[in-house]
Amino acid sequence: MTTTNTDVPVTTASIEPPQDAHPVGSARSERLSALVQQHGASAVLLIVSMVASFSFDSFATGDNISNMATSSAFLAIVALGMTFVIVTGGIDLSVGSLFALGGVLAAWGSRHGTLVALLLPLAVCGLIGVVNGLLVARSRLAPFIVTLAAMLGARGLMLALTDEGADTYLIGKGSFLAELGQGSTLGLANPVWITLGLFVGGAVVLRRTRFGQHVYAVGGNEDAAALMGAPVARTKILVYALSGLLAGLAGALNAAWLASGVTILGSGMELEAISAVVIGGTLLTGGLGYVSGSLVGVLLLKVIQNVINQIGSLDSSYQQVVSGAFLAVVVIAQTWLGRRRQLM
Amino acid sequence: MAEATLRTAPLDRTRLVQWLQTYGVYAGVAALLVVNAVITPHFLTAENFRTQAVQVAPVIIVALGMALVIGTEGVDLSVGAVMALAASVTALYLGYGLLPSLLVVALFAAGVGLANGALVAFVGVQPIVATLALMVGGRGLALVLLPQLKDLRNPSLASLGSGDVLGVPYLILIAAALALLVAFVVRRTTFGRQLLAIGDSRPAAQLAGLPVRRVLIIVYVVCALLAAVAGVLATARLRAGDPTSLGNLMELSAITAVVVGGTPLTGGRVNIGGTVAGAVLIQLLTATLIKHDLPPSWTQIAQAIVIVAAVYAARGRGKR
Repeated sequence: MTTTNTDVPVTTASIEPPQDAHPVGSARSERLSALVQQHGASAVLLIVSMVASFSFDSFATGDNISNMATSSAFLAIVALGMTFVIVTGGIDLSVGSLFALGGVLAAWGSRHGTLVALLLPLAVCGLIGVVNGLLVARSRLAPFIVTLAAMLGARGLMLALTDEGADTYLIGKGSFLAELGQGSTLGLANPVWITLGLFVGGAVVLRRTRFGQHVYAVGGNEDAAALMGAPVARTKILVYALSGLLAGLAGALNAAWLASGVTILGSGMELEAISAVVIGGTLLTGGLGYVSGSLVGVLLLKVIQNVINQIGSLDSSYQQVVSGAFLAVVVIAQTWLGRRRQLM
Repeated sequence: MAEATLRTAPLDRTRLVQWLQTYGVYAGVAALLVVNAVITPHFLTAENFRTQAVQVAPVIIVALGMALVIGTEGVDLSVGAVMALAASVTALYLGYGLLPSLLVVALFAAGVGLANGALVAFVGVQPIVATLALMVGGRGLALVLLPQLKDLRNPSLASLGSGDVLGVPYLILIAAALALLVAFVVRRTTFGRQLLAIGDSRPAAQLAGLPVRRVLIIVYVVCALLAAVAGVLATARLRAGDPTSLGNLMELSAITAVVVGGTPLTGGRVNIGGTVAGAVLIQLLTATLIKHDLPPSWTQIAQAIVIVAAVYAARGRGKR
């Protein structure tokens, strides 16, 4: 931090006693920490994308970009819900199962009309989210164990619906649902538009509404939030409900895109979503987070996956190694940045 | 708040709740045994008991390590990945003999445990997140090392998996010996007391001058090593290295066994006997459902309900 000797505040600070020098340096490094926290992922995304487009001719093509955007859309919707949960200081490990369940329910429901196909996954996954929220908020159970149980239960439910994974339900071609998943508007796939809309909505809710304030307050300090009169339990129930709802919606849209409810999807998705949220600058300890960061986090994960695919000789297992390592690095960096800010 | 209502409740009820929390798991095992003896044909045979015990042995071994980690108010989600890693490494190095391959497995597991422990103890990352990274990364590594199932034809490995002493399979003997060892460590050693003190209150342990970081790292390394033992034993029983599905959802089964067995997730207390009984309880429950032709999906749902019920019952125990 002290490399810029010509800078006036630092020079004066170095003459003054150390007690005074400290706040000057700390304000500066705190600003830097905050900057890295909030925009680090965007910078990395930019650099990785630039390097990739120079290294691989097939990277910056319209087809590849629109493919990446579409495949990012489903994870992004899940990550949006996860952002709310993590900002309250919780975690939702059930989203992968709910994603798969939502897809199967949508495909199964599509034979009874589009309305059933869309409402059924939302209702069931939203309800499981509410149960998660109730157990976390009212019974004060650890979020990870509640949602781990929900992960198991939802997968069981999904398997029970599909005759232990043997049945695959198809979504008829030409239906509104198929159009919603596979069609495109103004050159962008419909799921991408839906995702963008949801993120704008999510950002407004988190930043501009009373509920959003409560979400931050609960994650910042639960006891203080309760003393201030924030409805702690209701806020928690709502964020888990939202997370379940969005995971179910993402699953339904994904099924519409694939034209079938695929039972093997969604395992490991909770990690991808958590990684994206954390990479995007949201603190796992709660109280601080950005919806836009999560979108950047998802894009970064997908670009890295794409690069690994482009290299070709690396098989998909490396993706898991890379995303695990990536999460570890980001979490270490985040903890380190957070600690600096606390200590200063 | 829950404490206060508990205190004002009649003494009998408090006692009943406490008794259930400590011994409920044994009562549950006994009840399942009785129910099965009545309703399940061919349940009371030596062959069946042998099968059930051999199946539950790896879960018990993983749960022992998990109990230690949970005792420090942590959790280890990477145990399933370590099992898969153990399977891959065993398959890769078996050509050099069983013992050398076991040594390499131990090295890999110690590496994972060290990484988990360092993230928790030195960097200060929450245990769920630290071990989540290795849950995915570890299985990825297992798949990189061994992309698909590989049949293993090695007589010493095969005898490890299916051999026995006086009719008692090695797997059961190893699980029992490890359970006794871990129980001894928790109850009778300084390390065990330090571990529980850290789980009780890490700041207090730090102030008291306990070697907090060292203990935490050892705990995560031991947990990974035990998971690796379970992975090798499961591999020996299957006679195949299976990096794709070995240890899937094992973290969940192990956590369930620990919690059902009366070890609170808030740390500071470890119940090894209960953990073993908890693993047996889940095994019996699953076996009961399967023997009565209920599909695997139902057993998953049942297990989810048992987890929530157990955690709910244990709520308010321990500190806070």
